[in-house]
Amino acid sequence: MMRKGANAELAEDLVQDAMIAVWNKAGMFSPGKGSVTTWIYTIARNLRIDRLRREGSRYFTDIDEYEEASDDPASDDVVIGKQQDLAVTEALDVLPDDQRAVIVMAFMDDMTQSEIAEKLDVPLGTVKSRMRLAYRKMGSVLEDLR
Amino acid sequence: MKTAFHLDDATVVAYAGGSLSNCLSVVAASHVAMCDHCRAKVRRAEAVGAVLLETCEVQQMKPDALSSVFERIDGSDWVQPKTRSDASDDPDPSLPLPVSRLLDCRLDDVRWKTAGPGVGIHVIEKNDDGSSLYMLKVRPGHKLPDHGHAGQEMTLILRGAYRDVIGRFAPGDVADLDEHIEHQPVIEDGEDCICLIATEAPARFKGLVPRLLQPIVGI
Ligand SMILES: [Zn+2]
Repeated sequence: MMRKGANAELAEDLVQDAMIAVWNKAGMFSPGKGSVTTWIYTIARNLRIDRLRREGSRYFTDIDEYEEASDDPASDDVVIGKQQDLAVTEALDVLPDDQRAVIVMAFMDDMTQSEIAEKLDVPLGTVKSRMRLAYRKMGSVLEDLR
Repeated sequence: MKTAFHLDDATVVAYAGGSLSNCLSVVAASHVAMCDHCRAKVRRAEAVGAVLLETCEVQQMKPDALSSVFERIDGSDWVQPKTRSDASDDPDPSLPLPVSRLLDCRLDDVRWKTAGPGVGIHVIEKNDDGSSLYMLKVRPGHKLPDHGHAGQEMTLILRGAYRDVIGRFAPGDVADLDEHIEHQPVIEDGEDCICLIATEAPARFKGLVPRLLQPIVGI
């Protein structure tokens, strides 16, 4: 997330904030929620949104509460730990370059779909279909782990 | 809750990556609150983001970074996280939390402005960049107004139902449609249809100044 726009100062600030947040919230982490990496990722993402947007990341934390309240098995079908990270890493490795590129820009470079389309000089629809294809491959790997 | 119409997979990626615009994110989050299926999908997308975060190139931090983190931890206050039971700031528990917080009142108490015969509108947010978040309340039997838009649009049904060529959209369902799809939703008989709609302006980065800035901000 150090790649994300803005300047190095802000990025370093964000990393420090993320480390502090992880430290403070460590007691709240439960393995049933997925891998530690995913948990840290969501903390860092929310902090970044809080910095950049007026409204902040509250809608993300609102959702966490529904997660805890839900009895539906779908909410804990996220597999835990290293196995998950490993599967995703492998799936990423075999992803076609054009699909990996849009995924990286969406997650790491904080670019909207329109911005990605503009940068790659392709129609918005192409960006969306590459995202869908990439997600379906990655998502199905994770689903298979259940 | 079982819903029939879900978020586009591309929207799931953008939402989980935090790059979906604010207005669209509120609608996406409201659907995710009502839909176990999409909530699991968002979690999977976040797992992808986490691995990317781990594998992307590491930048050098300042030598004193870690010690200043520890200093700040020592001086920081423990903030107890809020839970759903602490719902004093949830004005209408019948609505998904992300939208009820923005309303600041119960759905029944919303002040609607007339936007045409049989149609009420309540604007929640309208931004300079052309994005907006609003609610529509449409009388039974009416057609949803045709309002033409160039960017992305997302509609979440909160009350009532409508039908169009795609199917029947009921509470919890989201119409996350491609901008090229033409449809004329007709409200079902019996009850007003209330929906939450977010729109995004078409592609930016068209002008000269953003183009000049692109190499500098690195995108
Ligand atoms: Zn859904």
